[in-house]
Amino acid sequence: MEEKNSRLKRILTLFITFFKIGAFTFGGGYAMIPLIQREVVENKKWITDDDILEVIAIAESTPGPIAINSATFIGYKVAGFWGSFFATLGVVLPSFVIILAISFVLREFQHLKAVKYAFFGIRAGVLALLLKSVWTMYKKCPKKVFAYALLGLAFVSVAVLDLPVLLVIICCAVAGLINSIIVRRRAK
Amino acid sequence: MMQLILNLLSLFATFFKIGLFTFGGGYAMLPLMQEEVLGHGWATEEEIINFIAVSESTPGPFAINMATYIGAETIGNEFGVWGNVLGSFFATLGVVLPSFIIILIVARFYERFKNSKTVQGAMSGLKPAVIGLIAAAVLSVGQTVFFPQGVGLNVFSTLSFYISAALCLIMAVLAFKKVHPIIIICSSAAAGIALGYGLNLPV
Repeated sequence: MEEKNSRLKRILTLFITFFKIGAFTFGGGYAMIPLIQREVVENKKWITDDDILEVIAIAESTPGPIAINSATFIGYKVAGFWGSFFATLGVVLPSFVIILAISFVLREFQHLKAVKYAFFGIRAGVLALLLKSVWTMYKKCPKKVFAYALLGLAFVSVAVLDLPVLLVIICCAVAGLINSIIVRRRAK
Repeated sequence: MMQLILNLLSLFATFFKIGLFTFGGGYAMLPLMQEEVLGHGWATEEEIINFIAVSESTPGPFAINMATYIGAETIGNEFGVWGNVLGSFFATLGVVLPSFIIILIVARFYERFKNSKTVQGAMSGLKPAVIGLIAAAVLSVGQTVFFPQGVGLNVFSTLSFYISAALCLIMAVLAFKKVHPIIIICSSAAAGIALGYGLNLPV
């Protein structure tokens, strides 16, 4: 009984903690990591700093948003399946409610001239943000011929040849796999 | 009723696919989402860009925000208030579920997953590919921003084109100086309103 209570309490705390994380980070993903670290490692002491590195490594090599991946993983480590369920629910809920509310507001006001002008300006700003983000990612790209070749191929396949994105993703994963096998063979 | 169920299923399946095949954080989801949403006719490219701004200025992960919004918009336009709620629910569930299931599996076999040469090999191909894909998505965003009526030379005679170009340049400089995205979005909106009314731009 005692143990069941403490598990329930942990699950509830997980939910609240990840709700806070979801409600107070803008941009999601990596912006969440420092907050997760403070709440889960320093305050709650549920996991260690090493675990956080593990979480990032896993979140990066599995599909889906980093925020969801880390909430699910940490929730599971702390309190099993229901831990991961409530941690994930907690991190998603604030966005969900806020965006749902915004969807109503936008529909009411998007026909106003002022709103249209605002979005005209905003679209240019968003393009600037996207350009910066691509540049940052480009600088993190591994400095290898193979990586640059795939980057260029992926770009040309979609931007020029109009190939489906999904096809390009799958082909590049397979190419990476084959390349890594060839590199290993050569090393032997 | 039948139509509503079919629409919700298609929304769920599409966002499940998006969640399953996106690797990496931030805008990694943009290329596939753009293709799918435009392909289904759920939103225009302009609406997607507008919504990137909303998503950046509200808390929460980009992917969840986009899924919730697109879900609300598509079903809500046809089925009203409850359409908004149902649509956003199914789209969000779809985009979250693949991660959730995969992480639950990985968490049990973590040691094997971590040392897996197969995973590492596939990731070595995926990482650079995602950068190329996002660059392609950004190129198409750029086309919509600068050539809203389709690519053509007549755009060079419009005032809107030069304002967009100047705004984008200024904002890019600010972005590289690490000014916060929310400040960039708010000042772009203010500039859009001021110049729009001041020069009486067409909308």
